[in-house]
Parts: sequence; C-alpha cells; structure tokens
Amino acid sequence: MSVLVLIEVEGGSASLVSREALTFARDLGAGDLHAVVVGTPAPGVVADCAEAGVVAIHTAQDPALERGYAAAAWAAVVEAAGRAARADLVVAPGTGRGNEVLAHVAARRNLRMAANVVSVESLSPLVVQRQVVGGAALERATVDSRVRLMTMAGHAVEPVAAPSPGAATVTPLAITVDPKDLRAQVVRTEARETGDATGLTAARVVVGGGRGAGGPEGFGGVEALANRLGGAVGVSRVVTSLGWRPHHEQVGQTGSRIAPDLYIACGISGAIQHWAGCASSKTIIAVNTDPDAPMVTKANYAVIGDMHEVLPAVLDELA
Amino acid sequence: MTNVLVCVKRAPDPTGEVVLTDDGLRVDGRYAGYTTSAHEESAVALAVQLTEGSDGTVTVLSVGSEDSIEQIRAGIAVGATDGILVEADADLLGPADVADAIAQAVRARAEAGTTYDLVLLGNDAADTGDFQVGVRLAYLLDRPVAAGIQQVEVSDGRATLRGEGPDGTEVFEVDLPAVVTVLEGGVAPKYPSVMGRMRAKKAPVETVAWTGSAAGSGRQVLTVPEAPPSQVTVIGEGAAAAPALVSVLRELGVVSR
Ligand SMILES: Cc1cc2nc3c(=O)[nH]c(=O)nc-3n(C[C@H](O)[C@H](O)[C@H](O)COP(=O)(O)OP(=O)(O)OC[C@H]3O[C@@H](n4cnc5c(N)ncnc54)[C@H](O)[C@@H]3O)c2cc1C
Repeated sequence: MSVLVLIEVEGGSASLVSREALTFARDLGAGDLHAVVVGTPAPGVVADCAEAGVVAIHTAQDPALERGYAAAAWAAVVEAAGRAARADLVVAPGTGRGNEVLAHVAARRNLRMAANVVSVESLSPLVVQRQVVGGAALERATVDSRVRLMTMAGHAVEPVAAPSPGAATVTPLAITVDPKDLRAQVVRTEARETGDATGLTAARVVVGGGRGAGGPEGFGGVEALANRLGGAVGVSRVVTSLGWRPHHEQVGQTGSRIAPDLYIACGISGAIQHWAGCASSKTIIAVNTDPDAPMVTKANYAVIGDMHEVLPAVLDELA
Repeated sequence: MTNVLVCVKRAPDPTGEVVLTDDGLRVDGRYAGYTTSAHEESAVALAVQLTEGSDGTVTVLSVGSEDSIEQIRAGIAVGATDGILVEADADLLGPADVADAIAQAVRARAEAGTTYDLVLLGNDAADTGDFQVGVRLAYLLDRPVAAGIQQVEVSDGRATLRGEGPDGTEVFEVDLPAVVTVLEGGVAPKYPSVMGRMRAKKAPVETVAWTGSAAGSGRQVLTVPEAPPSQVTVIGEGAAAAPALVSVLRELGVVSR
C-alpha cells in the first residue's frame, strides 16, 4: 500500500502547497510515498520530492498534455499513477487545480473525495477534519471508498524534510491520452492585464483597505502607504463587490491568498473569509476604529483609530 | 439561441458568525439568514449576460427543500426566465447525490423538448465546499467541463471560457453542450429591480422530486474552532500612534531608517 501525491510545479520546483501535501501524506504513515507529475519533472522537482521522502515519481509525457492543462487528462494520469503505485490514498494540494483534478478522478471512478482536509483522525476507516464554510467551521467526515481521495487545505502543515531522503526514481507511465479527455483543454494563456494579482501575491508588504475606507476615494492613504513601502494594495470583498476597487486586488477565500512579510489591514473587520487569504502573513498590523474587530484581536499589532487620520499621520512621519 | 441552466444552492449566509445546530450537524441559518453562494450569484449574472438580447433562456435550478424557491426566485428577479426545484432533503445529500439530482432534471427537460447548451454551477458551495458537483454532473451527462471560470462567450455552438490559472488567464474553447463551474470575480452580480421582483413572484417554477437513493456526504459532525487568545500589541490610538507605528515598521525592516 502507498500514498500518491499530485505535485504542482512552480518555477521549476514543487509548489509550496505541494510540499505541504507531501509532508502531510508522509506523516500519515500509510505506506510508501509516491508522487505524480504531469510532464517531465525538472531537477528541482525531483530534489524536492526526494527530500520529502518520495520513493518514485510517476510521470506522463504525452505531447497532447504539453499543449495545455486539461483536468480530465490530468485525472487519467493520476489514475495511471495510482495503479502503478498501488495507492489506496491520493492527496492533492487544495488549489483550483488540485480540487478539480481529484474531482475528476472521483467522478470517473465513483470514489469519495474530501476537499480541504486539515488533519486525519484515523486511517481505516479514513476519518478527516476538513474546512467548510470558507474555513469558519470544521467538518469531521468519513471517506469510505476503495481508494480515498483528499485535497489539503493550504498551510495546514509546514513542509519538513524526511528523516532520510527518498530515491525519487522517475518512472514514466505508459499512457496515451484519450481525445475525449481533451475536450476542455487550455488553448492559450493570456498575460494578466496590468495591475494583476501577481503583484499582490508576490509583494513583501501589502496595505489593505476595507469598507472602513468609506468609498472609492477613500483609498488615497492606503495607496500612498503601499507605494511608500514598495508594496501592493489589497482589499476586502465588500470593496470589490461595491465596485470601489477591481477584483484582482481582493484578498481572501475568493480572492488572492497572500503571504507577505507585513500586512497592514485598514478598516477591515477580518471576517473568516478575508482571514483565509491573509493568515499566512508574517506580521499583521490592524488599523481599525473597533478594538474588538477580529482583525484587531488576531493581529500582531494594532492602532485603534480612524484610518483617515492614522494613515496621513504615518505618511507624514515617514516623509 | 442559447439555453442556460444555472444551479444554485440555498446556503446559510456565511458572512456573519457561524452558529451550529445543537446536534452539530449543520450551520444554523436561523440567525444568519440564507443566501445564494457568491459564485452562484456570479453564475446567474453570467447566464443572464449570455442570453440578453437573444431568445435564449435562463433556468435556475435548486436541489433542496421548498424554501430553496427563495433562491430560485432571486435568480429570476435578476433576469432568469424560469425555475426548477428538485425537492430533496439537502442535508442528507452528498456531492454525488446532488449531481445525480441535477442530471435527472436535465434529462427530464430534454425529454420534454428543452436542451441546455450550458449548465453553470458555482465552483464550490459556500457551506459544504465540496468542489465536486459540477465535475460529477459533467460525467453523468457526458459533457466537457471546465472549473473556476469567470467569463463565458458563446458563438457557433462553441463556448470560450476564461479563468485565472497559475500563469495568467487560461482560455478554454469547448463544444456545446458543456458544463462550467463559475468562480466569482469576472462579472458583477446583479441587483434586482422592482420590475424584476414582480416578475419573479409570478414566474413559473416547476417542482419535481428526486428519485435517487442518497450516498450521503460522510459528514459526522461540525465544529467551530475556538479563536486562539489574542496576542495583539496595541501600539496606540489615532494619529498620535503614528510615530510608534513607524518605529514598528522600522523594526520589521520594511522602511529604511
Ligand atoms: C462565499 C464567501 C466568500 C467570501 N470571500 C471573501 C474574500 O475573498 N475576501 C474578503 O475580504 N471577504 C470575503 N467574503 C466577505 C466577508 O465575509 C466579509 O463580508 C468582508 O471581508 C468584510 O469586509 P470589510 O472588513 O471591508 O467590511 P466590514 O465587515 O463592514 O468591516 C469594516 C471594518 O472597518 C472598520 N472601520 C469602519 N470605519 C473605519 C475607519 N474610518 N477607520 C478604521 N476602521 C474603520 C469597522 O470597525 C469594521 O471592523 C466572503 C463571503 C462569502 C460568503
């Protein structure tokens, strides 16, 4: 028996959430750790897998797969890897791709899948705790199928190297992609429009503004401080749904997940769905009129006050 | 002409504090109220946008109790044509069951002469967050499916779909009929007009019963994790706190001294 982990690649390495999933899967102690990578794994990916204790990396290199992402074709690869690894547990990162691909495997094989798992209570039967209601509640659920499928909520564990590295032998899968699995395939990827979310997710400092900004014209201080600190502007969902700022600036469950060194949240209450997107910030400073706002109580530092008075004073101080 | 079916779920409003029922089996919506998930509101808006100015129709479907008619009528109030309620005890259903209930309704409509070129669903429901219903539905109907889509255009029996991928906006072109799960952000949700509300009251909503047998969700119990004790250092109040805040920024190394 073994555990298979779907790896997503980012800049020649296994993505952070994939490395978290590897650590999580390994620490379950449910057998050998296997990985599956769509396309030739770069040396960095092989090294990351070996460090995490992976014994074998299953890959598929059908040219059809290289033309663009297709969830059904990825699912076919995961299935083939699952057979090769004799896996009875498959883990994927709880990203858009991870959730989509495992949902395909679940549908094709009539299996159960648990999304956004944070911990496993027992292996047989498999009982998990997973995030529901946008992370505001946890659900204890049984996943009772032949092969158990789950995706991992981001940042539920820290990636940790295995006590001894695995062999991470790259083993190609003999698979020809069925044209039917390419009915929905990415035909092209367009560069994001200017002011896209990449600036926000990559920024070391994010200055956020929420309903407390009071209107589209209330973001002057937020923008100026973000500029002064060489950072990006992030906003709450209220702000985007009222049309005050564009959606690509939204931080949260249905916006971007950020992990800057510093997040300064101004006039943001810190609802769980917003928190889901900023909880990984190293340091959080809240500026809020309400000392009991969740953003304030969860922050590392807080200034209690009106952002329209605090921000200009801070900018003056920095001038 | 494009006929679109949009599937929406009545979910306890998740924006406020989450209160559970005494048995811990569900979120108690009596306090928070009920709503349509954000992604599904966007799906409705996309469907209405797609059919505007054409003779295409938008049907809003919900699987759930009789109360779900409220969410169906909310969809009609912002421009949908009619509704289908598939009556079932939503609490007993898992994602495979919901997909089956929707597939059954799609087939019944096809037999009655209405085929849906597009079925839109939310990417994941605000309460259960299963991420599977749309994909499972696509397999039941043997249609292509794309998830996490924010923009949809239709021409000549094909749909162009756009969603955010890791490296930029990913574009899919799929033959219709197809299934699409929608993520909010690509279209502004619509607000009902008085006229829309009036129309919604009178619009036809067909009620059918789901005849499948439930596989369930595997849910045992819900808990709301306790907030960890606050560790916050309050730097000060109002503008007077600015110098202290700036020294924190300096300590953190985000401004040069
Ligand atoms: C399915 C779903 C997904 C969601 N996804 C997201 C998401 O991705 N991101 C997100 O942010 N939200 C999301 N939400 C919404 C979330 O629940 C909250 O409604 C939202 O985050 C609140 O935004 P806010 O803090 O700006 O506004 P509010 O909750 O209204 O809070 C405003 C805060 O500003 C303070 N304030 C007011 N005036 C001032 C002032 N002058 N100076 C300083 N402070 C002031 C108030 O004390 C208050 O704390 C989602 C909700 C649902 C249901």
